[in-house]
Amino acid sequence: MELSRFPAYLAGRLVKAAIVVLAIVVCNFFLIHAAPGDPASIIAGQSGAADAKFLEQLRAQFGLDQPLYVQLWVYLKGVLTLDLGFSHRQQASVAALLWDRLPATLLLTGAAFLFAIVIGVTMGALAARRVGSWSDSVITVLALTFYATPLFWVGLMLVLLFSVTLEWLPSFGMMSVGVELSGFAWLLDIGKHLLLPALTLGLFYVAVYARLTRATMLEVADQDFVKTARAKGVPEGRILRRHVLRNAMLPVITFAGIQAGQLIGGSILVETVFAWPGIGRLAFEALLARDYQVLMGVFFCTSVMVVLFNLITDLLYAIVDPRVEVS
Amino acid sequence: MAVSRRGLMATAAALPFLMRAEDALAQGIQPKRGGTLASIVNPEPPILHVGINNQAPTLIVGGKIFQGLLRYDPQLKPMPELAKSWEISPDGLEYTFHLQENVKFHDGKPMTADDVVFSIMKFHMEVSPRARGVFARIKDGVAVNPTTAKFVLSEPFEPFILMFDNTVSAIVPKHLFDGQDYRQAPAVQKPIGTGPFKFAEWQRGNFIRLERFEEYWKPGQPYLDAIIYRVVPDSQSRRLALESGQVQLTQSNDIEPFDVPQMRARPNLEVKTTGWEYMGPLMWMDFNHRVKPLDDVRVRRAMTMAVNRDFIAQRLWFGIGKPATGPFHSATRFYDASAKAPAYNVEAAKKLLDEAGLKPNAQGVRFTIKHLSLPYGEVFTRLGEFLRQSFRQVGVDLQLESVDVGTWSQRTANWEFDTTINYLYQYGDPTLGVERSYVSTNIKKILFSNVAGYENPKVDELFKQARDAADPKVRQQAFSEVQKILVEDVPLLWLMEMSFPTIYDKKLNNVITSGSGVHASFDDVFMA
Repeated sequence: MELSRFPAYLAGRLVKAAIVVLAIVVCNFFLIHAAPGDPASIIAGQSGAADAKFLEQLRAQFGLDQPLYVQLWVYLKGVLTLDLGFSHRQQASVAALLWDRLPATLLLTGAAFLFAIVIGVTMGALAARRVGSWSDSVITVLALTFYATPLFWVGLMLVLLFSVTLEWLPSFGMMSVGVELSGFAWLLDIGKHLLLPALTLGLFYVAVYARLTRATMLEVADQDFVKTARAKGVPEGRILRRHVLRNAMLPVITFAGIQAGQLIGGSILVETVFAWPGIGRLAFEALLARDYQVLMGVFFCTSVMVVLFNLITDLLYAIVDPRVEVS
Repeated sequence: MAVSRRGLMATAAALPFLMRAEDALAQGIQPKRGGTLASIVNPEPPILHVGINNQAPTLIVGGKIFQGLLRYDPQLKPMPELAKSWEISPDGLEYTFHLQENVKFHDGKPMTADDVVFSIMKFHMEVSPRARGVFARIKDGVAVNPTTAKFVLSEPFEPFILMFDNTVSAIVPKHLFDGQDYRQAPAVQKPIGTGPFKFAEWQRGNFIRLERFEEYWKPGQPYLDAIIYRVVPDSQSRRLALESGQVQLTQSNDIEPFDVPQMRARPNLEVKTTGWEYMGPLMWMDFNHRVKPLDDVRVRRAMTMAVNRDFIAQRLWFGIGKPATGPFHSATRFYDASAKAPAYNVEAAKKLLDEAGLKPNAQGVRFTIKHLSLPYGEVFTRLGEFLRQSFRQVGVDLQLESVDVGTWSQRTANWEFDTTINYLYQYGDPTLGVERSYVSTNIKKILFSNVAGYENPKVDELFKQARDAADPKVRQQAFSEVQKILVEDVPLLWLMEMSFPTIYDKKLNNVITSGSGVHASFDDVFMA
């Protein structure tokens, strides 16, 4: 890559990304407001009593009595100054609500991400190495099973085994509440709570990476440069690592880029089953409560992340595969 | 002799049960200090200040932080709370409350009659639609001295005495709200009340922790050190948390009705369905009277006869709740057992529909209506399916529409449904909780008004008579008559007197001691 062209390339991509994000914000705004019901009617519904004054007060407080274009303008102005707004329903700023949930989300999705890549790629490489052997069959069947099984079911079964039958791990939450823990004990406690949800979330991606790695490696293994290497007398293990695996990494990176973009969004299903206090649940509950500002805040952050990781993935290609150039 | 002895034994057996409501000491169990109670809250409340927010989870958690002047026993008789005694003048106009002494708010400031007057006359008048309707009748509210508050009504209003529970008119600190926008005052985020537990920590999506208030006005109480409400959104995970002992108490909708039989079978758990008498929730199916042929009383009667209400209570709700008999919950005052909605009778229902001129077509369908399902969980989905089967038997085709809470709220409020399910609290008195669903003056595009659009001048008149009368006898007469008219007109299809299972570890004592059950302050709850 020519280094002199890089800053211009990056700037161009960033401008495009900003336009995409802005378009997403506007689309989200109208989509969310098109859903029937508003936060005031939901609060009235859940309070078991309401009168016209109550609804009026709430709508005025939430700013819903303004015309839609005014609401959009107010929101856009906020976003441009990195102010994501205020959830009147929860009487807290959206940034604070998101910030509260971010560590838990990143811990869960990050752990699942690492677990999936490491185990998935290893499984795929092992299977490709001895294609057709019994170990290949076991890995393929396992991967297919993980791929096809619904997440929530896996979660419930893991809980049944490890929490109910064996009583080794807690079935829900992120930490023990009501006990003071510090240092190593605290880490261990969080680790114990993390294990089952991260495993549940990761298993699906393990399957994806395993299948992807195996298929691409088999494809690469047939190509001429591998035969050449073999003819030169390069040891088999080295061929696999240096020639086959490295060339098979591109699709894996593509997929990892997509998954990484979703890291911040969390997972509604796993967070719900394990009562994990992440952003996925925040978004889901905001959707049900029509908490517009929170929902748009989550959408904004996730769209920024997706765009950002797409960019990083493209740059990564260039590093992993010298044939790819930025232009 | 043998007979009287058996009678004596029966009384003795019943005694501990009766006494539990009064005082655990009487059972011979010495209350024990200490311990942390872990429970569940679902869904997570948006804020914890009662009054500002009146959703069920807010009231359950906030009920430990805030107290009202009175509590109510299962027969709805007032019991002392922040008021140690009270008097009502013979003309029914003056209510005088004598307050407990040495009551402090969690910030250390004393609670006085000023706070009481402020809470009733200003705070709840401004924020709470339910309290507003009643407290608007107060002509004058004064703090006679620091421990005496007096309210003078503009005209007698008999159910006024039922309005002082912590779920309705909790006492809030005047010094933290006066002169501010009540909804946005800092005290909304850091609730300060007089209750036995003070707000300590809230990790959103995770847990709410309440701590023992050391300066609580009842000496030696509360017994528990802390209460933790954990947020667990999945019903199966909640059940697991209870079964595995990770929490010791669940309430409200935490455990699905179909899981309750297994909970009953566990020797370490107690399952109670009492403690909802003050709310008195009644579930029904709304008919939209603007939609033909639901405007025809014969059709409504026939559809009522097509539904086996016993089946709903026994098989869908597993005995949590009782079949409804009419518009009044049987725990609500002035309930008249002699007024009964048409009984389950499929043949009679078909005959009535024939008479109404609605003949079945080749597929056996007389008419089709759309049913807006109530999106409150699995059991309500099953109810919708059961209703479809029931109406199918008499040739009415019910098409189910599934929506989310926001859509349901808006469409129900805007009358955009043929039939839907709803349940409303009756708050102990028909004027407070029943009238609103039937009088024509309350036909509004708002939830919990008369959204069905039922109109009957005679019903309007009787509810008004009962509302304005000071004498309970006069009220009973009017209410009995209105119940008789309503069961003839069947403006709604009454399904079930609801209750909710409170399930707890048997080590816990005094969980349910009043007509509002788990909403109580828990100052007397202890772990044996």
